[in-house]
Amino acid sequence: MAKKWKVRAQAKGGITTMKALITHPMETGLRKNKKTGKKIPAHFIQKLTVEHNGKSVLDADWGPAVSANPYLSIKFKGAASGDSVKITWNDNTGKSDSHTVKVR
Amino acid sequence: MKRRTLLKGSMSAGVAGVAACAGLLTPQMVLAAWPKAAFEAKGMDNAVKTLFGGAALTNSGDITIKAPPIAENGAVVNVAVSTKLNNVSTISILVEKNGSPLASSFNLAAVTEPFIKTRVKVSKTSNIVAAVKSGGKLFSASREVKVTIGGCGG
Repeated sequence: MAKKWKVRAQAKGGITTMKALITHPMETGLRKNKKTGKKIPAHFIQKLTVEHNGKSVLDADWGPAVSANPYLSIKFKGAASGDSVKITWNDNTGKSDSHTVKVR
Repeated sequence: MKRRTLLKGSMSAGVAGVAACAGLLTPQMVLAAWPKAAFEAKGMDNAVKTLFGGAALTNSGDITIKAPPIAENGAVVNVAVSTKLNNVSTISILVEKNGSPLASSFNLAAVTEPFIKTRVKVSKTSNIVAAVKSGGKLFSASREVKVTIGGCGG
């Protein structure tokens, strides 16, 4: 199985750049299975939060129009090397996952 | 016959139970009320209205959208939004010609730079609109992306 998370956070000149690649199908619910003709049920991330040392820096609402295996990059101030950055998502099926990395 | 009715009865009870479970789960799933109506709104005007409650968008030259002029695959279109505006609280990305235009909405903290880079699906050649809330006011900018293969399947 593919790696679930690919996250990197790097501090430079007071600004930390976080780049994240998340493994998620992001099904819109509009696509059809070509073999059976049945609709593939919607399955997408609805809520995504990014925390720096437990403090929220981003709180995002996503719709199914975000691409499969979403990529996100943000920049924020105030983090130093060694701090923790945590990303959490919740999808429409009730699943959630989180991942923590150290700022480099 | 009796057995059948019993079976039927227990089955419908089972279905109801599942439905109740689903109903109970929803509020827990959504942390701070995912704006369902805004994401399901059809058409650009409706989406903007539902998301921002009728406030008007002002065109602004201080918002930069980086997106490819021609996207070969509409399923993955890189979009970067940044702005020179101050006190930015939210950045929303909308794709005008998608069935439901609102793709994503980002609520930024005070320490977060007004910069977002992500990938969205674009069903057909469309304007990508970035709506930025700065100091309680709404600003927007748009950029056209030509799509050769749509990204919403079907």
